[in-house]
Amino acid sequence: MRTAKITKLVLGIAAALAVPMLASAQGESHVGKYAGDTGAGKQLYYRYCWGCHGFRGDGNGENGPYLNILPRNFVAATFKCRSTPTGTLPTDEDLFNALTRGFNNSNMPAWITLTAQNRADLVAFIKTFSPRWKSDKPGDPIAVPAEPALSLQSIQHGKELFTKLECWKCHGAEGRGDGPSASTLTDSNDQPIRPYNFAAGSRFKCGATNHDLYKIFMTGLDGTPMPSFADVIKPEDAWDLVHYLRTLQITQKSPELTLWMSTKEGAEYVKAQKVGGTPTGSGIKQ
Amino acid sequence: MLHWASSSMKRRMPWLASLLVCGFLVLAFLLIDSHSASALPTPSIKVNALPAFARKYGMPCSSCHEAWPKLSPFGQAFKDNGYQMGNDRDAPIFQQPAYWPVTWRITPQWHRDSLGRVGVDGPGVSPVEARVTTHGFDWSGLDFHTAGTLAKNVSFYVLPASDNTGAFHFEAVWARFDNLLGSSWLNIKVGKFELDNLQSEKRILTLSTFGGSYQNYHFQPATENPSGVAVPFTFGIGDNQVGVEWMGHSKNDRTRISASLLSSNDGNPGLPTSRGYDGFISASQAFEAGSLGVQRVGVFGYFGQAPTYFQYNQTVGGTTTGVAGTGIGNKSFYRVGFIGMWYLKKLDFTTMYFRGWDNAFLGTGTAANAALPTGARAPTWNGGLIETHYNLNPQLILINRLETVRMSQQALPVDPAGAPGTVPSSNFGDIDVVTTGFRYYPFISSRAGFAFHNEFSIFRQRGASPTGLDQTNSSLLFGFDFAF
Repeated sequence: MRTAKITKLVLGIAAALAVPMLASAQGESHVGKYAGDTGAGKQLYYRYCWGCHGFRGDGNGENGPYLNILPRNFVAATFKCRSTPTGTLPTDEDLFNALTRGFNNSNMPAWITLTAQNRADLVAFIKTFSPRWKSDKPGDPIAVPAEPALSLQSIQHGKELFTKLECWKCHGAEGRGDGPSASTLTDSNDQPIRPYNFAAGSRFKCGATNHDLYKIFMTGLDGTPMPSFADVIKPEDAWDLVHYLRTLQITQKSPELTLWMSTKEGAEYVKAQKVGGTPTGSGIKQ
Repeated sequence: MLHWASSSMKRRMPWLASLLVCGFLVLAFLLIDSHSASALPTPSIKVNALPAFARKYGMPCSSCHEAWPKLSPFGQAFKDNGYQMGNDRDAPIFQQPAYWPVTWRITPQWHRDSLGRVGVDGPGVSPVEARVTTHGFDWSGLDFHTAGTLAKNVSFYVLPASDNTGAFHFEAVWARFDNLLGSSWLNIKVGKFELDNLQSEKRILTLSTFGGSYQNYHFQPATENPSGVAVPFTFGIGDNQVGVEWMGHSKNDRTRISASLLSSNDGNPGLPTSRGYDGFISASQAFEAGSLGVQRVGVFGYFGQAPTYFQYNQTVGGTTTGVAGTGIGNKSFYRVGFIGMWYLKKLDFTTMYFRGWDNAFLGTGTAANAALPTGARAPTWNGGLIETHYNLNPQLILINRLETVRMSQQALPVDPAGAPGTVPSSNFGDIDVVTTGFRYYPFISSRAGFAFHNEFSIFRQRGASPTGLDQTNSSLLFGFDFAF
C-alpha cells in the first residue's frame, strides 16, 4: 500500500516535471550552431519586446495604439519575411534574420546588439505564443537559383513583366508606391498599408540584397496585399524583374541603375524622376 | 578591505538604520511577491506620462537600460548611434507635432549622513573633533533632460540641472553629427558632454552622499590646493567637459573608440582659468560569450594641463583676483585606466584599474614661477573598483561596489611625526568606499520610470581629519527615484 503511494507520488512529480520540459522542447529553435532556449527567451522578451508585441504576444502592447504599423501578432503566426512559400510558417533562421535586421520602415529596430544566442532564445520563445508551431511545420525554403548576368535585355524584360503582372497598380508606374490601388490597400489587421516606394530608396522590408528582393515577391509578404508570384513567373523571369526593380531605386547606386542610365532611355527616365528641392529632414532623399 | 568594511559597518551602523533597512527590504520583497513569482510587468499598468525616448520609440525602459539609468548594450548602441534606432523613424518629422523630447528626474528621499572627526567648536570654543550625524526627509536636485534628433543623423542633448535649492546650471549642451559619410565610424560632437567613460558616472546606480559618485573619477591628492593657491586645480574625469569629440563604432557596437579635444577648464563655462587644451581617448572591444552575454574590455586616458597662476591680476576694493582666462604656467597631469565589464547571465561585474599622475607644481599647489617646496615630487596614485550587479529581473537589481584609492607617491615628503611641510604618512588621503543597495522598479513601462532606491555607503579616508586621523563617514538613503 505504502509502496503504491510512493510510486504514485514519484510518477506525479515526474509528470509535473515532464510537462514543462516537453513544452520547452516544443519551443526550441535552431539557428546555425545556436540552439534557442525558451526560458532564456522569455526573460529577454519581457525585457525588450512586450511594450509593442504585448504581454501575450498578440501585438497589443501598451504602444500598439500609437504605432502606425502594428507590431507583429505572434499568436496569429503570420509572418511577412520568410524564405518559405506563402501560407507556411517561416524557418527559425527567417525569424532570427528579422530580429537581426529590424524593419526599416517601422518601429522595429535591429537587435544586432544582442548576442546571436540571445536572438536564438527569443526566436524560441516567440514560437510559444501560437499553437500553429505545434500543429504545423515550417515550410521548406524556396530554391533561389543563381542570379544570371545583368544585361539590358534583362532589365527591359523585367520592365515588361512589371507592366504585365500589374505591379504598377499598387507600386505605381514609377515605383513610387502611388498606384491607383495604393490608397485602398489594407493588411490583415484592416490597417491601411502603403506599397513600397522604390524611388525613396530605403531598404526593403525583408532585406537589402537582390537575393532578398527575389524572395520577397516569390514568397509574398503574408498578412499584406503583396502576393506570392511563385506560381506566376519562372525563376529566370523573376531575376529579370529584380534587375528592373533595382533601376526604380533612383537614389541608390546599383549596377542595374548604372547600366540602365547608360542608355538614352534610362538616362532620360532617371533624370525625369529625380526631384529637386530641399530635404524634408526625414532622411529620405527626394 | 571587505573584512574591514563589514566589521566597520557592524560597529557604526545605528539600530535605527538597521531597522529601516530591514523594513524596506521586507516591503520590497512583499511588493515583489504581490505581483507574481516572476515579477514581470503586467499589461494592466497604465501611466500617463511619456519619457522622451520611450515615447518616441514606444519601448519599455528595460530595452535600453539594464536598470535605469544604467544602459544595456542595446541602449549603448542607441546612444552611440546618435539616439537613433537606425530605421526610418529617427527623424522628428515622423513624430506628432506635439511631441516634446523632455524628461525630468528627481528623488524625494530620507537620508542619514554621518561624518566622523569633523572639526567643531568644543568647550570654550576650542576646536575639537566630533562625529556629526544628520538625518531627515529631503529631495535631490532636478534634471531636465532634453535630447533627441533635430534631423536624421543630427542629434542633440541639453541638460539644465539644478541642486536641491533650484539653482540651475547646464550639465550638458551638445550637438552631434552622426554617421557622417554614411559611416558609423564618423560621429562628431561639439559642446559640453560626458566623456566617453564606459563606466558612466552620470548613469550611476547609487545616489547617497558617499556612494553617489566614483571616487576615482574625482580624486585629487590631499596636498593639492592648499590655502592661498593662485589658481585652484580642480579636475574630475567624471565631470562633463567642453570640447569636440570624434567617436566611432562598429555597426553592432562591439568595437567603440573615441577621442576628444577639450578646453582645460574642467567643464566650467566662460573659460574661467585656462587657455589650454586637454585630450581624452577611449577604446573598447566587446565579445560574445555564448549565453553569458556580451563581455567588454576597454582602456581610457585623459591627458591634461592646468595653469598655476594668472598672467594678470585685478585689485578691486582691496581684493586681488586673477583675470579670468589668463591662467598661465601650465603643468600637466594624466588619468588612465583599464576597464572590464563581465556578464554571467544575471550577474555582472565591472572591474576598473585607475592610475593618476599630477605634476609636482599641481601636487603641491605651487605657482610655476615660484620654487617648489623641498622634496616636492609628482604625486601618483592607483585606484580600483569592483561593481557587482545582480539583475534578478528587469524590476529588481542588487548593487554592490567596492572602490579604493591608494597613494603610491606623495607630493611632499612623508614624516610620521607630522613636521611642517610634510605629510603624516604614505597612505595620507587613501580612500576606501563600500556601497550596497538595491533598486526596485514596481512597474516597467514606456511612459515613466520609477524606482524604490535603498542604499548604504561607508567611506573612509586616511588622515583626513583636522588632526590627521582617519575620517570614516557613512550615508544611508531611501528614496523614490522617478523620471517622467
